This record gives sequence, C-alpha cells and structure tokens, in this order.
Amino acid sequence: MAAASGTNDLSSDMELDAFRRLFPLRFHERHLLESIRPDGRPLGRARDTTLSLGAVASANGSALAKIGCTTMLAAIKLEVMIPIAEAPDEGCIAIDFHMPPICSPLIRPGRPAEVAPVISKQLSDTILSSGMIDLKELCLVSGKAAWMAYLDIYCLDADGALFDAALLSAVAAFSHLQIPVVSLNDNGRIVLMSEENGENGGSMKKKEPVNKEKIKLKLNSQPFSLTCVLHKNYILADPTFEEESIMETYLTITLDTNFQLVSLNKPGGPGLASTSAIQDCIILARQRVKELQQILNEAISDMEVD
Amino acid sequence: MNVEREGGRGANQLRPMDCSRNVLSRAHGSASCSHGETKVIAAVFGPKSGTKKNENPEKACIEIIWKPKTGQIGKPEKEFEMILKRTLQNICLLTIHPNTTTSIIVQVAHDDGSLLPCAIHATCAALVDAGFPLKSLAVAICCCLTENGHIILDPSKLEEQKMKAFVCLVFPSSVNSVLPEGSTDASAKSTEQGIITSLTRGVMTVDDYFHSVEQGRAAVTPLSNILRKKMQSQFASNLSKAS
Repeated sequence: MAAASGTNDLSSDMELDAFRRLFPLRFHERHLLESIRPDGRPLGRARDTTLSLGAVASANGSALAKIGCTTMLAAIKLEVMIPIAEAPDEGCIAIDFHMPPICSPLIRPGRPAEVAPVISKQLSDTILSSGMIDLKELCLVSGKAAWMAYLDIYCLDADGALFDAALLSAVAAFSHLQIPVVSLNDNGRIVLMSEENGENGGSMKKKEPVNKEKIKLKLNSQPFSLTCVLHKNYILADPTFEEESIMETYLTITLDTNFQLVSLNKPGGPGLASTSAIQDCIILARQRVKELQQILNEAISDMEVD
Repeated sequence: MNVEREGGRGANQLRPMDCSRNVLSRAHGSASCSHGETKVIAAVFGPKSGTKKNENPEKACIEIIWKPKTGQIGKPEKEFEMILKRTLQNICLLTIHPNTTTSIIVQVAHDDGSLLPCAIHATCAALVDAGFPLKSLAVAICCCLTENGHIILDPSKLEEQKMKAFVCLVFPSSVNSVLPEGSTDASAKSTEQGIITSLTRGVMTVDDYFHSVEQGRAAVTPLSNILRKKMQSQFASNLSKAS
C-alpha cells in the first residue's frame, strides 16, 4: 500500500503528507532520484538569504540574518575593561549563542538544547582563529583600558544549518559595529563623549577624545560557511531541519574571502566522507562565499545610503 | 625538510601508545589508553532499558559524559561529547538493541596533546570490553601544520599551542587485516577509506588539508595494527585465566 501511494503522485494532499511522515527517507530519496529536493531546490543550491543590519537599535552593532526559515539575531555590546597583563594592547571578544524555546518545538524552557554550547564554541573558535578582527584595534589606552565586545547571537527559528546563519549574522554585526567616541576623564577613567558636549557650559573642560579616528573596525578576510548533508552519493547543500534529521551525516566548511580553509567540521555521523565528496563540498562552499559576500556588501551599502 | 621536535621525534613518528582493558571492576566495560603522556580512562555502563526523550526508540541510544581533569564542565566538554557520540554512531550496530541507552563516561587523566584520538581509542577498547556490538573499530590521529607548511603527527600540548593549524581525523579501522592474505591486494586498492570525523582549527589552505588527510591515512594502518594487537593479547590472557 505504501508503494502504491508513493508511485501515485497525483494522490490527494492527505496521502502525500502521510507518506512524508511515515516514510521520510523514501520520500526524500524519490526526490533525489530526480535531482531535486522537496522544496524545489536543485541539490547544490542554498536557500534564499537575507540580511538586515542595525536590527537592534540599542546595541553598538547588530544584524538579523535569515537563511530560508532559519533566523539569527546577533548583537554586540561594548564595555571598557582592563586588558590582561600578557596582552596589554589587545581587547577581548566574548561570543555566546543562545537557543531560546521560541526557536523550535523540541526545546523546552529550563532544558537547554544540546547543540547550543557546541555551536557557541565552534563560532568562538572560528571567529577568533579566522583573524577577521585584529584585537589590537580594540585597544584604548595601552595597559589601562581596552574594549570588551560581548557578541550574543539568538536563534529565533531553527530550521537547519544553524551554524551558517549564526556565522553570517556575527560577521554582519561586526561590519555594522560602531565604536562610540570616548575620552579620558580627570580621574583616569574612560567616559562616553555624548553629542551634547558641543555646548561649552564653561564649567566643563573640553576633553580630548581618545579614539576619534576609530569608529568602525577594519575587517580582514571574513569567514563564511556552508553545511552540506552527505547521503549515499548525493550532496545536499544547506539542509533544512527535516533533511538534517533524516540524513544524519553533515559536513560544515568555513572558507574566508581568500578561499583559505578556516574550518572543516565533520562531527561523525553514520556516513563516511570520501576525498572526492569533500572536494565537491569545497567547490559548493566557494560559490556560496561569493554569494554571501555580495549579499553582505549590498546590505552594508543599503545602510550607508540611509 | 627536517622538523625539529622535542625528544628528537620525526615528523611522522607517533608517541608510544598503550591500551589496557578491564581496568575498573564495577563498570560493564572499561579501558585506559595513553599516547605518550596523554591518558584517558573510559567506562561503559549498559545497555539499560529506555531511551531519552527526542531519541529514536528504534535504535540504541549512546550517551557520553566527558569529565575533564580539572575545572567545571563547560562548552569544550560538550563539544567533545557531541563529537564522540556521533563518531560512535558510525561504528556501533545500533539496531541490535533497540530502545536501550548505553552510557559511556570518559575521564581525562592527563592532557598532553592529541586528546580526542586518545579518548576515541579508549572508548573503542571499553566498548570491546563490554561486548557491545560494533561494525569496526575507529582509529584516530592528530596532525599539526607548522608555519612553513610541514605536517607533523601526534603533537604534544606545547606543539599544539605553537602551531598555525591543527587537524584531527578519525578513520574506520580497516577490515583488510581480518581477511586471508591472498585477497588483501585487490580489495585494498579499490576502497579508499572514508573519513568518519574531521575537525580542524586554525586557517590553512585546502591543499594543506588534503595533504594532512593523506599523511593521516598512511599513519593509521600501523596504528590500527598496534591497537588490535594490544586488545588481542589481553583477550588471550583472559581466556587462559578462565580455563
């Protein structure tokens, strides 16, 4: 009976949905035979990606990234801290990834998701080791004050390829980051210079801003990633949550804008990855880096027009 | 081409490896594995009935608990737990005992570099000791990339911290050594072993990555023979004790 409803594609909607729920692997494999996926994409294409900068007005830098239905909100807050003795002219970045219960029916309040700390650590490793940000740019006064950047990424909708969307939103938030102008107080402390200081009340001395030139961070090669699912001989780029849970073997490749490999992460799974499969995934990742770079540049230029 | 390493090791030379089973009396299976100074102890409890929520009840469930040597459990431990669990999903026959949970506790006794491969070898030996059904064993190796592009295997902690980049690879242990002598040549050339798990840290070129994979694959065959010998010799001594 199952075979009959599978071959009969003109069956009513109810039977198709039932087949999708009861035999998910066969449902997907029937699509893969025609080199297409249930949402109509060819195997190597990622979902539609949109990026909007400045989503959180109160943060120093923020971005909202959507890859298909997966939505990530990244926000950066800056705080002044005393740099550590071993690196007196370097700032610090703290990256945290949260999966609140809103993102998926499988996550309950009070029971944190298992993937959240793993993705948090992977993001932290990728961003710090890619060399995108030179920590020396976050220095204010050598040995006494430096910026501590708290990057928080919230998953609002978890529909597969979480790491890709999170990394994209983090990179976009750093591109949007505006470091506020500060000056050195008489007590030797850093204070924010607000715009109202323009009117000279006479009692307030005009303070020298410490970092007048540095408003935006200069980003070296930015990392972008692509997750691919390996199933038999098929490689599916940018899986949805349904595809990830059925075909459990995935591979995440992060390349920077110079096409150097920042990270290649295949965390086990029932399938093996041959060298040719990895090479195909790297080719798909290269295309994706070009697409994402273009999307990011368009988003930045849209912001500047405003 | 010569890379200077502490202790005069060659670039492709691995540290002395030791693996012993049945080190704990209360666990259903246990093993301890050491690569040079790095030492990891693994204990297996199970299968126990019932699976956790959100896990497939048609298959056995594996739960890993990773305990670091010092400090509280944080994100790095959770990452190791996930990687180990998914690596074991590849080598274990999960359909033999459906709706059960097997707990594996991994305790790091000393970390001197190459921690994940050591843990994987200890876990495989503990599963063998517990009699858990496995498709094959897993063999793991760590490679480091130096500033001038040389690849060195099995780095110590100091070497790991100085290196530009670092790759950790896990391969299935080849079945060729089980087959009789005559048939090995034909099948060995046709099947190239796929990678179960691959983890990289640090920026490297794509070509460097593939060179590391080749070097790792070449080094893994003698390593898997050593592992198998260690486990076999103990099994033989257990049998003689029983008789």
